[in-house]
Amino acid sequence: MIIHKDRLVESRRTFFFICLLGFVLIPALYLGGILSIGDINMLGRFMTFAILALGLDLLWGYVGILSLCQFTFFCMGAYAMGMHLAHHGGPEGIIDENGWKIPACLFVVYPYEVGESSGDALVPGFWKPFWNLPVTIVLGLVIPALASFVLGYFVFRSRVRGVYFAILTQAIAVACWLVFCRNDVKLCGTNGLTRFDVIAPSGSLFTFNPVDATDDWKQDNAESPNMDLNKDGSVDQLDYSVADVGFSLSDPGVQLSLYLITVACLFGSYLLCRWIVNSRLGKVLVAIRDDEPTLNFFGYKPYTFKIFAFCIAATLAGLAGLLYVPQMKIVTPSNMEAVRSVMVVVWVAVGGRGSLGGAILGALVVNLLYNYLTSEHDYGFFQWSPDYWPIFLGLMFVVVVLLLPKGLIELVDRVKSTTFVKSIKKEETES
Amino acid sequence: MTQENLLLNPALAKYRDCRPSQVQKDYWASRYVLFVENLSVSFDGFKAVDIPNYGVRHGELRVIIGPNGAGKTTFCDLVSGKTPASTGKVYFDGRDISGLDESEIALFGIGRKFQTPTVFDSLSTYENLLLALPGNQGWRKNLLEKEKEEETFQVLEILKKVGLFEQRNELAKSLSHGQRQWLAISALIISKPRLLLVDEPAAGLTDKETEKTADLLLELAQDHTLIVIEHDMDFVRRLNSTVTVLNEGKVLAEGTIDEMEENEEVMEAYLGR
Repeated sequence: MIIHKDRLVESRRTFFFICLLGFVLIPALYLGGILSIGDINMLGRFMTFAILALGLDLLWGYVGILSLCQFTFFCMGAYAMGMHLAHHGGPEGIIDENGWKIPACLFVVYPYEVGESSGDALVPGFWKPFWNLPVTIVLGLVIPALASFVLGYFVFRSRVRGVYFAILTQAIAVACWLVFCRNDVKLCGTNGLTRFDVIAPSGSLFTFNPVDATDDWKQDNAESPNMDLNKDGSVDQLDYSVADVGFSLSDPGVQLSLYLITVACLFGSYLLCRWIVNSRLGKVLVAIRDDEPTLNFFGYKPYTFKIFAFCIAATLAGLAGLLYVPQMKIVTPSNMEAVRSVMVVVWVAVGGRGSLGGAILGALVVNLLYNYLTSEHDYGFFQWSPDYWPIFLGLMFVVVVLLLPKGLIELVDRVKSTTFVKSIKKEETES
Repeated sequence: MTQENLLLNPALAKYRDCRPSQVQKDYWASRYVLFVENLSVSFDGFKAVDIPNYGVRHGELRVIIGPNGAGKTTFCDLVSGKTPASTGKVYFDGRDISGLDESEIALFGIGRKFQTPTVFDSLSTYENLLLALPGNQGWRKNLLEKEKEEETFQVLEILKKVGLFEQRNELAKSLSHGQRQWLAISALIISKPRLLLVDEPAAGLTDKETEKTADLLLELAQDHTLIVIEHDMDFVRRLNSTVTVLNEGKVLAEGTIDEMEENEEVMEAYLGR
C-alpha cells in the first residue's frame, strides 16, 4: 500500500489537535477558572458546527458537490431533539385527553380547529415518537439521511451537476424554511421550539409515552409519602411532572458533559470521514471531482458514490443538530435560512476545502470571530461596531481565497513544513 | 446446415434483412465481437453518423480515419454509450448494448480512451490505475476492501512497462502530455476490456513518443481487439491493418492504407481537393 506522507501527516495532526484542544485544554481552562461555563457551552455549539462543516467538506472538498442546504439537514436533527426536549420541558403544561402533556411552546401557537376549545387540543401524532430519547436520536439521524437519499437519488441519477445542484439545494432550503415557519405545520412556527428543561429523564429512556412513564414511576414510588394519588388512581398534573426528572440543562456539570459528548462526536465524525477519504472509495470520490464523465467509462456509477457522500454529509448534519439543541436550548426556523447554509460553505472555504482538519478549523475560527466581532469593542483609537461584521467577513473571504487558496490550514502547513525543513537541516549539520 | 449456409440460402434471403433473429445474432457474435447495424445519430437534423453495418472480428486491429467532423469520435460515443443512437443497434459479443449506460457498457468489456488524455489530476499515477482495475466498481467493495497484493503488483508492472514507475507517487497533474497519454492508455489496458476504443492516441506526441505508442498498440493487438481512431497517416501505416474511411458520417471506403491512398474519392475527401 502506498500512502502519501503529506496526507498522513495532515490527518495525524488533526487527530492530536482535536484530542488535545477538545478533551484536555478547554476542560482544563474551565476547571482552572479561565473559561466560564458559558464559554464551554458556546464552544460546544461551535463544535457541532464543526461536525456540520466536516460533512460539507466531504461533499464539496472531496466530491465537488456544492450543497447549499446543509443547515436544513441540521435542522431535521435539531427539530427531532427539540421535540424531545419540549416533551419533557416546561413544568406548566396542559395534559390532553390521551394523557400527553402539550409542550408549552406548541400550545402557544396551536392552531385550534373551528369550534374546538383549547381544552380539546391534542398532541400531534408525529410528535409522539420523540418522547423516547433513543428513538429521537435514531430519527434525528435517519430523517436527514432518508431525505438526502431521496433527493440525491433523483437529482444525481438525472445527472444534475455543479451550479444547477447548488441552486436546487438552495431552493430546497428556502422551501423547507417556509414550511417550518408556518403555524399549522405544528412545529411552533417562527417562535421555534423552546422551554427546554431537562435531558434524558428516566422515563424517556425506557418508555415510549408519558402514560407508561407515569405508571412506572407510580410502581417504583408506591411507598413514597410524596405520592398523591387521586381516589380513582389517576395522577394529577403535578405528579406527572415528577416522573419527568432528568439532568437539568442549566446545570454546569450537564453542560460540560454535553460539551464533552459533542467533542467525542466530532472526533468520531472526523475518524469516519478520514476512513472514507483514505479508503479506495475516497479515491473514487476525488476522481468524481476531477472528471466524472470518464469514471463512467471505467464501469463506475458515479451517482451511487455521490448519493453515498450526500447521505453521510446529511447524517453528520443531523448529528450536529441533535447535539446543538440541548446546548442552545432553542431551535427556530431562522437556523434554516438559506444564508446559514451559505455560511457553512464560507467556513469550509476559509478553513481549507479538501482538508478535513481545515473544515474543523474554519468552522471554529469563523464562529469565534463572529462571536467576538458582533459585539462592540473600544480600542481607544477605533470603535468597533457589530455592523462592520459583514464587511469583515467579506474581506476575510476575499483575502483567504486570494492569499491562501487552500485555506487557513495552509498557514499551519507552511509553519509545519518550515520547522520540518529546519529540523532536517539541523540533523544534516549535526551529522 | 451451418449457420453461414443458412444465411446464404436464397430461400431464406427474405429473412436476412429482418430484425436479427437469435440465429443471426449468434452468427454475428461468432464472427464479430462488435457489430453495428443501421446505426445513425442526428443532431438537429444533421446526420453525424450513418453506418448501415460495421463489424470488428475477434482479435482484430481496425483503424478508422477521416477528415475533421467525419463522425469518428461520434461513432465511438455511440458504441460506448456516451451518446444515445437515433436509430440502429449495437451488438457486443452477441448482446444488444444500444441504449445502455456508459458504466454498464464498460462493465461488459468496452474500454475507451478519449482524444484528450483523461486522467484524474488530484490522484497519483498509482491511484489512477488502481481505480481502473476491474471488479471493484461497487461502492461497498470500495469502502470496505483494501487493494490486494496482486493488484498492487499488476499496477506496478504496467507502470514499469510504460515507463511511469518513477512517477508512481506523483500526482497526475504534474505529468507531461505524453506521460498522461500513456497513463490513460495504461488505465485502459489494466481495466482488461475485450474491445478497446482508442481515440487519437498519437495526438500531441513527439515523433519518438508516437513510435512508442504505435509499438504499444501493436503489442496490445496481439491479445486484444482494438479500434484505433487516428488521422496521422504515418502512424496508421505503422499499424498496418484494415482502414475504414469515414466522411460526413458515412463509410467511404475500406481496405489497406495503400489502397486508400490510391483511392481518388478518399484523397479528395481527406485533402479537400
